Amino acid sequence: MISVYHYLILSAIIFSIGTFGVLTRKNAIVIFMCIELMLNSVNLTFIALSRHLQNMDGQIFVFFVMAVAAAEAAVGLALMIAFYRNRESIDTDDFNMLKW
Amino acid sequence: MYDYLWLIPFFPLVGFVFNGLFGKKIRNEAVIGGIGTLMIFLSFLVSCGNFYALLQDSEKVHQRVIASWMSVGDLQVDWGFLLDPLSALMILIITGVGTLIHLYSIGYMHGETGFYRFFAYLNLFCFSMLMLVLGNNALVMFVGWEGVGLCSYLLIGYYFEKKSAGDAAKKAFVVNRIGDFGFLCGLLTLFWALGNKGVWTINFVEIAENAHLLESGGLIVTVVTLAFFLGACGKSAQIPLFTWLPDAMEGPTPVSALIHAATMVTAGVYMIGRMNGLFAMAPDTMMTIAVVGACTALFAATIGLAQNDIKRVLAYSTVSQLGYMFLAMGVGAFTAGIFHLMTHAFFKACLFLGSGSVIHGMHHGYHHAHLKDDPQDMRNMGGLRKKMPITFWTFLLSTIAIAGIPLFSGFFSKDEILWWSFGSNRGHWLLWLVGAVAAGMTAFYMFRLVFMTFFGEQRTDPRAKDHIPESGLTITIPLMVLAALAVVGGYIGIPAILGGANHIKQFLDPVFGKAIALNQIEAHGTHALEYSLMAVSVGIAVFGIFLAWVMYVKNPALPARFVASFPGLWKAVFNKWYIDELYDAVFVNNCKRIGTFLWKGFDVRIVDGIVNGTAWVVKGIGSGLRYTQTGFLHNYAMGMVVGVVVIVGYYILGK
Repeated sequence: MISVYHYLILSAIIFSIGTFGVLTRKNAIVIFMCIELMLNSVNLTFIALSRHLQNMDGQIFVFFVMAVAAAEAAVGLALMIAFYRNRESIDTDDFNMLKW
Repeated sequence: MYDYLWLIPFFPLVGFVFNGLFGKKIRNEAVIGGIGTLMIFLSFLVSCGNFYALLQDSEKVHQRVIASWMSVGDLQVDWGFLLDPLSALMILIITGVGTLIHLYSIGYMHGETGFYRFFAYLNLFCFSMLMLVLGNNALVMFVGWEGVGLCSYLLIGYYFEKKSAGDAAKKAFVVNRIGDFGFLCGLLTLFWALGNKGVWTINFVEIAENAHLLESGGLIVTVVTLAFFLGACGKSAQIPLFTWLPDAMEGPTPVSALIHAATMVTAGVYMIGRMNGLFAMAPDTMMTIAVVGACTALFAATIGLAQNDIKRVLAYSTVSQLGYMFLAMGVGAFTAGIFHLMTHAFFKACLFLGSGSVIHGMHHGYHHAHLKDDPQDMRNMGGLRKKMPITFWTFLLSTIAIAGIPLFSGFFSKDEILWWSFGSNRGHWLLWLVGAVAAGMTAFYMFRLVFMTFFGEQRTDPRAKDHIPESGLTITIPLMVLAALAVVGGYIGIPAILGGANHIKQFLDPVFGKAIALNQIEAHGTHALEYSLMAVSVGIAVFGIFLAWVMYVKNPALPARFVASFPGLWKAVFNKWYIDELYDAVFVNNCKRIGTFLWKGFDVRIVDGIVNGTAWVVKGIGSGLRYTQTGFLHNYAMGMVVGVVVIVGYYILGK
């Protein structure tokens, strides 16, 4: 039997992978995908607990998160294209123009 | 008539505003000079009307308030005017002599680039001076007092492109500030002292009425009057604050005549006269005033003996004559002091304007010959009496008047002063002696001036000597009027002993009589004594004239021999006893040193140090903290993660 704990543990693992990726990767698109991983792990938590508690609120939140994630993807990719046009790179080490 | 009193200062103010605002555009000298002269003449007419009304009136003190200035508790200060015999006489002198000098200036200042500026300042001066003498309280007087100081500064510095003129203007201003400080100290102490007795007032009439509340001869009265006297010293160029007046001759000659001889410098004498009730109560102050006055009279006269600049001789003569007025005030001869103020205004204005006429002519001659010689140096003059007859005769009459020859105005006023300084119970025979010696010196240096300028061989450069003309009508008319006044001006004060009625004494009695009677000031002595003193002083004056004639007409080689036999003495006198150098060494340089210390030591190091130090500390903290901003995305993301972990950990573990 797969209980809610399994879902939560899976969700925690995916979130940690996402966080690790954000912190270690230098390619902006990979970082971006890692953020998506983190968002979706949260979605998984919402759905699991929603079903476990027999409460629809969590599912509604998931819709919001997906909508925001879609918007974020659009803005984020646009930013990256703009940045690439200037620097011919999407390496985050080149995102240093605000340094001292 | 008294309701029109405010018009007297108002007209010159209109002239000032008009010429100050529009003069530069108008450019027409006739219009500018005409307006300036007309305004002061109108105020002269109003003054005459008021004077006449006051003569007819039995009530001699009139106050008119035109607006309230400030009202604090029991203190009420108004823009108010006070007409009594003293101020009536003063406004007549100021507006009368002022009109003549305005008229003179039209001719004298012809062609100057700052013509409109000159007339604007001159009108502003007249306005301030009239406020000074007409103010019915000490604050309005102080406004005028500062106003005339400002105008003096502006007019001394009229040729501001010349460094010496700018320096002289600053010197006059700074020295006057010392006096003004004394005036304010006196005023505030008096206000406080009277307030302690329950009378909060600075109105002159009320001060005079309540003066008896203060202890006669007490500390407070003495301190107050001494402080006021310091103010008078600054304005009227007495020892120790006289050094600015000779330098003030850098201004145009009409300014020297109006401000630095006839009117402004007499403000100190007027102020003492205005507060005679207080001064009469302080015998110690009176003694100080008399001694300072006598010393100034003698001291300035000695310097005048050896100067070669025609205006400088007259400047020291002015200081000396002001000393006489203070001597008179000090021995309680208030009437004689004011009388001498009036006669001095006539003959000294005439002398200055005459010297201006001479300088004008000399300048014309040098200009014609394209020479750069000094037109004011008497060593370049001589023999001018044929070239400038009107100037010569008016100048001679005024010189006789100042020398104190009987039947001329200066004789009556000076002799009255000398008699009081001997016979008054506040006087002393030493004061008389100093005054008499100074009178002899006055006669000597004035006739030296006349002989060097108008008599003997003409020493002017041959290329210029035939091009020295007599001045025009606008210059000679004032000269003639003033010379006439210098001759007859004394007849309003012929003393009883010479069979006169001494009109001026009776006229001024409502102002001075009370204080003199209350404090039992009187001059006593036999008629024989009075006659013999008179004879002695006339004898000294005649001797001075004779000496001048011997040295500068009969035997012109004599002065050089005298100089050769006393080189040290002559040098000291010629260099004004090194007073300027002494002041520079003692006061000016030390003040500069303190200023330099406050600037470089205190301001730069401490004040700027605090400000710059604060900025330096903030900058240091900032430059340390900026290393946290790496610019690497990972560091920021790491920070966020650590922060989230810490916060979540706190809630989980802390609960």
